[in-house]
Amino acid sequence: MTLAMATPTAAPSAKTKTIEIAGLNFFYGKTQSLKNVSLDIHDKQVTAFIGPSGCGKSTLLRTLNRMYDLYPGQRAEGQINYRGRNILEPGVDVNALRAKIGMVFQKPTPFPMSIYDNIAFGVRLYENLSKGEMDERVEWALKKAALWEEAKDKLTKSGLSLSGGQQQRLCIARGVAVKPDVLLLDEPTSALDPISTAKIEELISELKQDYTITIVTHNMQQAARCSDYTAYMYLGELVEFGETDQLFMNPARKETQDYITGRFG
Amino acid sequence: MIGEHSSKQYDQELESIRSKVLLMGGMVETQFEEALNCFRVDDAVRADKVMADDHAVNQLEVQLDDACSHLIVKRQPTANDLRTVMATIKVITDLERIGDESTKIARTAKSLHARGVGSFAHYDMIRTIGKATSDLLHDALDAFARLDGKQALQIIAADEIVDHEFRTILRNLITFMMEDPRTISSALDTLWVAKAIERIGDHAKNIAEYVIYVVEGRDIRHSKPAVQEG
Repeated sequence: MTLAMATPTAAPSAKTKTIEIAGLNFFYGKTQSLKNVSLDIHDKQVTAFIGPSGCGKSTLLRTLNRMYDLYPGQRAEGQINYRGRNILEPGVDVNALRAKIGMVFQKPTPFPMSIYDNIAFGVRLYENLSKGEMDERVEWALKKAALWEEAKDKLTKSGLSLSGGQQQRLCIARGVAVKPDVLLLDEPTSALDPISTAKIEELISELKQDYTITIVTHNMQQAARCSDYTAYMYLGELVEFGETDQLFMNPARKETQDYITGRFG
Repeated sequence: MIGEHSSKQYDQELESIRSKVLLMGGMVETQFEEALNCFRVDDAVRADKVMADDHAVNQLEVQLDDACSHLIVKRQPTANDLRTVMATIKVITDLERIGDESTKIARTAKSLHARGVGSFAHYDMIRTIGKATSDLLHDALDAFARLDGKQALQIIAADEIVDHEFRTILRNLITFMMEDPRTISSALDTLWVAKAIERIGDHAKNIAEYVIYVVEGRDIRHSKPAVQEG
């Protein structure tokens, strides 16, 4: 298996690119976990990263809003161009970046505060809104995350009182509330039951009207269902990147085929 | 098959479907050969057997359809596995139809011989198309068993020959019927048989097209593929 010179099939470039990744390398200390990754994230499309554990898909996602900055010894090299600027350069306002490129994690992480404050908290960091404006924003975000109907009568209750699926939608509402461009979802449904998963997937297709979405998932059917583009990664390299339908029906590379058909390892 | 699944059970399920398809292929191949024999010589018992055997072919179609549905619901096949399952569902439909056409040939043969063959050499008329189609069917099943895309392309080209042969037979039979109206009933029987054979050639071609779909992911139905000579 020669992965060294992986030349992923380029996705059609007709659509606008929100993020352009070129020659990206990533290191955890001395260990290199992303090797020369190049791909484009298209505007208002869902891009899925799939691959076995440790392939670098979550790492790749975490570089897109420099989440790795929070940990010592981790560094990225190369280019991630967002709005005409390489976000890996020093001097980038990381807080402003994370407001534009929001993230939702594998396990729901509501703050130990009311549902209302869970959403208002992030907004207050970036904007100065009046009480009325904030009420509107909270309602808007909860509606975007398809949680309003279930939460409108208990906005003062703790976010932790919600079910797992509702908590995850609360986290999505929190991410949406600061009006980002891009949402990064790191295995957003791996801790959820099938009904909640279906709701989140439904939400993803709603949200892509307004946002560019990137999702890491272990569930290949989920990638096939929700995404427009799929990237298959293995051992830190991008093996294949292309339109999801094409990749799941007739992948260009045997490595991809082996993985998605369950012939891996 | 290329490589094994992490799930051995999955491999076994796919293999079981595959071997049943090949079994069904073998059954309709025999049915077709036997039907042609019945047309050649008067043997009512043999013709009855061809017709009775169709039942087993039909049963196998139902079983295989069911097995494919179960595989889809349990395994959610993707990529080449998905194409294999989709193609299998279509292949067994074509095989079942080949069984039906063979039955038709046997039935026609039986009534032709019961009535008396008459003056013309009815079997000689279809000898060539029969042999060509029999080879075509054999090759199509072979290409499916080995997933040989190249052979499949040759089969698609060869089906043209069968179609051409059918048109020749049709012209010849019309000539016979015009010259001597007493040959009309035998000629019509021969025509039905030739038509059934020509249809079997079409089904073999369909199978070849599915082979290309499985191997290359290309759906070439209703298009003119660039045929390689070889």
